[in-house]
Amino acid sequence: MVRKMKKMKKINMKQTKHNIKMAETKRKSGRKADEMRPISAKVGIIPNANGSAMFQSGKTIAIAAVYGPKEHHPRSQRNPSRGTLRCTYNMLSFSVTDRIRPGSNRRSTEISKIIGWALEPVLMLDKYPGKVIDVCINMIQADAGTRCAGINAAAMALAHAGIPMKNMVSSIAAGKLDKTIVLDLDKYEDSEFEGGEGSTDIPITFTNDGKLTHIQVDGHITVEQLKEAMKMTREASKKIYEVQKQALKDSVGGGEK
Amino acid sequence: MIKTPSITKERIQEYLEQGKRFDGRKLDEFRDLSIETGVSKNAEGSARVKIGKTEVLVGVKMNIGTPYNDSPNKGNLMVTAELLPLSSPRFEYGPPKFPAIELARVIDRGIRECKFIDFDKLCIKEGEKVWTVFVDIYSINDDGNLLDAAGIGAIAALKDAKIPKYDEKEGGVLFGELTDESLAVKKDFPISITFHKIGKNIIIDPTREEEDVSETRVTIGSSKGIISSMQKGNSEALDIEEFNKILDMLEKTWNNIFKKIEEGYKIKQQEKNN
Repeated sequence: MVRKMKKMKKINMKQTKHNIKMAETKRKSGRKADEMRPISAKVGIIPNANGSAMFQSGKTIAIAAVYGPKEHHPRSQRNPSRGTLRCTYNMLSFSVTDRIRPGSNRRSTEISKIIGWALEPVLMLDKYPGKVIDVCINMIQADAGTRCAGINAAAMALAHAGIPMKNMVSSIAAGKLDKTIVLDLDKYEDSEFEGGEGSTDIPITFTNDGKLTHIQVDGHITVEQLKEAMKMTREASKKIYEVQKQALKDSVGGGEK
Repeated sequence: MIKTPSITKERIQEYLEQGKRFDGRKLDEFRDLSIETGVSKNAEGSARVKIGKTEVLVGVKMNIGTPYNDSPNKGNLMVTAELLPLSSPRFEYGPPKFPAIELARVIDRGIRECKFIDFDKLCIKEGEKVWTVFVDIYSINDDGNLLDAAGIGAIAALKDAKIPKYDEKEGGVLFGELTDESLAVKKDFPISITFHKIGKNIIIDPTREEEDVSETRVTIGSSKGIISSMQKGNSEALDIEEFNKILDMLEKTWNNIFKKIEEGYKIKQQEKNN
């Protein structure tokens, strides 16, 4: 009897191992379904700015600088009752494999606005009537997940600039490859993966107490699957928050501003 | 716009009369320099150059283009510069303004006129297909002398560049896949050096404040005593004696900067090894 049990356990073990292996082989990078790319962060990289930060996720590198709060020009755009957050997302021409023309385009204009929406809920803009805070986000190297990396860098830069924040925000994408929910799509998974139901990209931003400030979905997904993806990203956002917090702490201890 | 006030200008001039500068450098002394290559993996070649607090990123991309009618068997070069609002409270988004355009054009001539790139080797099919080399310059932090930083960055990025794979059947570029073949460039390191005149003194490598109060400037692109490009900027006249003084300073300054560049590569290499 005992021997039989042991045998069954062995088979079970084998099966689970096999299952994990299946899940692993589904991702070209060899990552597990809920494994994000290695991340790192640095605060205080641009001496001219009031606040600045770098966030790297795998091969994606974003840098952000904050200027302000300062006088809002032109006057006609000034909001007398509260401050304005002005985000600009820009990709360097050589950050992608096929060179993009320098300057803004329709995609970057939309992402700029979305990043602003993701950050604004944690800022106290009513404290700065008539003022503007400029957040400049630039992608040095892009390998999918650029808006998430940009939001993470921008949030750290805002904190570094000493702008009062109710909370930190951390951003990460979930995805769906065929029928499997995975975390943090890379370039291949985002744009080249084909097979079954194809790939779905779901960038999400959380405050560190779990409120949602930004979500987008591109692909197709059921409600149940989306809920699973939300859980997965919520866990990952906590890890990102720890990295952001550590980077901010490191910038205080004798580091140059 | 924040400008350096006139009282600071007077003080800078007083200091220069005594042969001193705010940061303790000599008049012909360059700030600490570091060069890091391969900073953006999707680019064919890339470099980050820091001179003091000034930082620029330069990337090289290549694509197939058609040759110009007057050079059917030569590749093309295109240099663009963007002064990112990220790098200074003075810069704003929008179409490139004069400083960015001048910067790109001065660097363009610096590379072109000393024949740094062997354009004959960039021809795929005469009169139809040639490589176009894009050199894109971005400022990351502006504390003066972006011009010289960009020049050094452009050369370093071009030296770092590998030619992308070319699909002969389809006649297109396989983006993201690079060959082991480096871009055909000269072995030496042409440097463009900008000399600034403040009062009666000539200085190099100005900080933001010093560059603000500079009356006129001369950028000289040269390599081993051979001048290949030059541009005078700002509307202030220069005496012949002053100009000769600049020319006499050129060789010594070039040697000093070249040494700094060699060290600049090593510093980053050592940091990586540690």
